[in-house]
Amino acid sequence: MEIAIPKPVERENYLNKEYGVWSWLLTTDHKRIALLYLISITFFFFIGGFFALLIRLELLTPAGDLVQADTYNKLFTQHGMVMIFFFLIPSIPAVLGNFLVPMMIGAKDLAFPRINLLSWYLYIIGGVMMLHCMLIGGVDTGWTFYAPFSTNFTNSHFIEAGLAIFVAGFSSILTGLNFVVTIHRMRAPGLTWSRLPLFIWAHYATSIIQLLGTPVIAVTIVLVAAERGLHLGIFDPKLGGDPLLFQHLFWFYSHPAVYIMILPAMGVVTEIIACFSRKRIFGYSFVAFSSIAIAVFGFLVWAHHMFVAGMSVYAALVFSFLSYAVALPSAIKVFNWTATLYKGSIHYDAPMLYAFGFLGLFTIGGLTGLFLAALGIDVHVTDTYFVVAHFHYIMVGGAVMGYLGGMHFWWPKISGRLYPEGWARLAALIVFIGFNLTFFPQFLLGYLGMPRRYYDYSHMPEFQVLNVLSTAGATVLGVGYLLPMVYFLWSMRYGKPASDNPWNAAGLEWKTASPPPTFNFDEEPIVTWEAYNYEELDAPHEQEVPVAR
Amino acid sequence: MPDSTVVGLHHEEQDHPELLHHFADPQQQRDASSLGMWVFLATEIMFFGGLFCAYLIYRRWYFGDFAAASKSIDMALGATNTAVLICSSLTVVLAVWAAQTARRTLLLASLAITMLLGLTFLGIKGVEYKQKFDEHHVPGASFSFDHEEIPGHPGQYANPAHAQIFFSLYFVMTGLHALHMIIGLGIFLWLFLAAWRGRFTPEYNTPIEIGGLYWHFVDIVWIYLFPLLYLIDRHA
Amino acid sequence: MSEHSSSSPLKMYFAVFFALLAGTGLTVFAATLDLGPFNAPVALTIATVKATLVALFFMHVWHASEKLTKLVVIGALFFLLLLLGLTMTDYATRPWS
Repeated sequence: MEIAIPKPVERENYLNKEYGVWSWLLTTDHKRIALLYLISITFFFFIGGFFALLIRLELLTPAGDLVQADTYNKLFTQHGMVMIFFFLIPSIPAVLGNFLVPMMIGAKDLAFPRINLLSWYLYIIGGVMMLHCMLIGGVDTGWTFYAPFSTNFTNSHFIEAGLAIFVAGFSSILTGLNFVVTIHRMRAPGLTWSRLPLFIWAHYATSIIQLLGTPVIAVTIVLVAAERGLHLGIFDPKLGGDPLLFQHLFWFYSHPAVYIMILPAMGVVTEIIACFSRKRIFGYSFVAFSSIAIAVFGFLVWAHHMFVAGMSVYAALVFSFLSYAVALPSAIKVFNWTATLYKGSIHYDAPMLYAFGFLGLFTIGGLTGLFLAALGIDVHVTDTYFVVAHFHYIMVGGAVMGYLGGMHFWWPKISGRLYPEGWARLAALIVFIGFNLTFFPQFLLGYLGMPRRYYDYSHMPEFQVLNVLSTAGATVLGVGYLLPMVYFLWSMRYGKPASDNPWNAAGLEWKTASPPPTFNFDEEPIVTWEAYNYEELDAPHEQEVPVAR
Repeated sequence: MPDSTVVGLHHEEQDHPELLHHFADPQQQRDASSLGMWVFLATEIMFFGGLFCAYLIYRRWYFGDFAAASKSIDMALGATNTAVLICSSLTVVLAVWAAQTARRTLLLASLAITMLLGLTFLGIKGVEYKQKFDEHHVPGASFSFDHEEIPGHPGQYANPAHAQIFFSLYFVMTGLHALHMIIGLGIFLWLFLAAWRGRFTPEYNTPIEIGGLYWHFVDIVWIYLFPLLYLIDRHA
Repeated sequence: MSEHSSSSPLKMYFAVFFALLAGTGLTVFAATLDLGPFNAPVALTIATVKATLVALFFMHVWHASEKLTKLVVIGALFFLLLLLGLTMTDYATRPWS
C-alpha cells in the first residue's frame, strides 16, 4: 500500500496570504503597497530612461538632426520631470521605506495603512496624468518650468503636467506623514531612538523634508496654473510681477527635494556597510544627527540655483556661505562610513559593491557641488554640462546606486529568494563603468563651456568626442540596469529560497521569515540590544544570539 | 472605522471595538491620530506660507497700489466673517467637550451650528466675490482698476497692473481658504452623521478632536488673512 | 483627556472666545488710526495673539501632554519664517546691488 507523502505546505506569508487582483489593489499591507510602488516606479524609470536615450542619441552629432528644437525641449523636460517626480523621489522611501520601516521598528504596519494605499493611488493618478500629457504633446518648459515661459509663452501642456506633479506631491507628503507618525508612536518596547537603525533616522529626516517642502511647490504650481489659465500677472514682469519670486518659491522645495532623493540612499548604504564590514557604524550619533542636519540645512540654501538670475549679490553671498555649510553633515557621513570600513571584515557581495560605488560617486558629486557653491566659479559653469554631471553623480551615482544596493540587500527578505550573486556582481560593475563613462565626460564638457539643454552644438564641434563617449557610456549603463530586472524576475521563480537572515545581518527585519508574514512578527519583539550588534551576531555560538523575547 | 480582521481577537480588541488591528492599544491609536493631524497642519502652514510669502513681497513693493485695492474690498463683511469663524471655533471646542462628557444633544447641536456658521462664512464670501465681479476687480480679461486714488495721496492713482496682483493674491488666498472651509464642512458633516449614530463616547472621540484641530487651523489662517487683505490702510 | 472639572474648561473657552472677538474689534479700530509705519506690525501682533489663543486653548496645545505637539507647531513656524526671512534677504538687499 503506498503512502502518499503530502507536499510540504508553504508557510503563510504576505505574498501568498491572498490571491487575486483586488487583494493587491485594495491592500493595506505596507509590504504589498511597497511592491505596487516597485512595479510603478520601475515603469516610470523606463519612460524616463527612454527620454534619456533619445537625448543622448541626438547629442551624438553636433547638428540638431534627430529631432527638432521644440521636441528636444520636451525630451529633456520630460526626462527630468519623470525621473525626479515619478522615480527618484518615491523610489527608496516608497519601496524600501514602506516595506522596511514598520519591520525595522517591530510594528505590524505603518500608523495609517489606508493613507498609505491612498498615497499609491495618488502617485498612480499623477502618473497617468503625466503620461496623458506626454501623449497629447508633452511639455517643454524644462523640469524647472520657470515663469514667464511656463506662464505666458509655452504652447505646451504645462497645466496638466503641473497638476500631475501636484497630485504626486501629495503622495509624497502622505508617505512622509505616515513615516513620521509611525517612527514616533509605534516603536517596539525597548527600541529607543538611539537603538534605531540609521535607515530609520534617514527616512525620518527625509519625511521632514517631504512634509515641509512639498506644499510650497504645490502652491507654486497652483499659482503658475492660475496665471497661465487666468492671465493673472503674479510672475509677469510686464504686469509688475517678479519672475524671481517664482524661482524662490520653486527652489525652496526643489533644493530640499534633492535631499529627499539622497538621504534614503545614505540610509541604505549605512545598513549595507555595517553588514558587509561586520562592524558597528562608527559614530552612530554623528550619522543620526547629520541626517537631521541635512534636512534642516537643506532648507537654507535654495537660492544657489539663482546666482545668475538677477538676485541680490548680498543675498547670493549668504546663500553661498550656507551652501558650504550644508556639505558638512554629508562629509561627516562619508568619514563615518570610511571609519566603519577601516579594519572591518569586508565582504564584496553585490550590495557592498553598490555601496562602494556610492561612496566614491557621491563624494565626487558632492565635492563638485562645492565648486558650484562658489559664486566666482558658478558664473562660468552654471547652465553648462558641469551642473548636469554634478547632479547626475549624486542622483544616479548616489541615489540610484543606493536604491539598487538596497534592492539587492533586502531582496531575499522581500521575495524569499536569493538573486544570482555572480550576475549581480557583474551588473554592479557594468553600472559603475557605464555610469562613469556617461557622466565624467560631462564634467569636462561643462567646464569647456558646452551649455545644457542645447540640441545643436554645431558651433562647437570639438565637443563631439566627449559626447560620443557619454552616449556610449549611457548604452552600457542601460545594459547594467536591465540585468537586475531580468535576474530579479528570474529569481522569483527559480532562485534559491532564502532563510530568515541570509546575510546574518543586524536589524529586526531579519528576525522574521523571508518573506515575512502579513503582520510581520509572530510575537511583538522587545528590544534589549544596541543597533548593529555585529560582534554578538558573529560571536561563536556558545551564547544565544539575541532574539525577541 | 472598526477594522478588526485579526483572527482570534486579543482581549484589547474585545474591550475596545474601535481599536485598529495594527495598534497595540487605544492610547497608541489616539496619539498616532493626533500627531498625524498636527503634522498635516504643519504641511498646511507651509502651503499657505508660500502665498503669504508672495503677498508680503508684493505688498512691500506696491504698498500704495495694494492699499487702494484693499480699500475696495468690504471691511464690514470681512470683519463679520472673522466673527463668524471665531464663533464656529467656540462651537467646535464645545463639541469636543460634549463628546468627552457624553452630552449627546450638545454634541449634535454644536456640530450642526459649526456647519451653519461655516455655510454663513461661505455665503458672505460669495457676496464679496460677487461685489468684486460687478466692479470688474476679478483678474483677467475684464479687469479694470482705473482712477482709484492711493489712500493718503490725493491725486495719485493706483497702477492697475499692480492692483491686479493684489486681487490675484486676494482671490487665490481667500479661494484656497474657502476650499479648505468646504472640505471642513464635509468633515463635520461626516462627524455629525457619525455622532447621530452614536459613534462617539468619552472613551472614543478622537475624530471630533482632530476634525476640530483642522477647523481651528482654517480659522487661524483667516485670522491672518483678514488684517493683511482688508486692513492695509484704512485710516486715510 | 483633561482632568479639569467639567465647568472649568467651559469658562476658559468662553474667556478665549470673548478675547478673540475683542481682538477683532481692536484690530479694526486700530486700522482706522494713523499709526504711521506701525499699522502693519500692530495688526500682525494682534493677529498673532489671537492665533496663539486659538492654538493654546482651543487646540489644547497649552495642556498638551506631549512635548511633540509643541515641537511640531514650533518647527513648522520656524520653517515658515525661514521661507519668508531668507527670501526677504534677496528682496531687501536687491536695491543695494
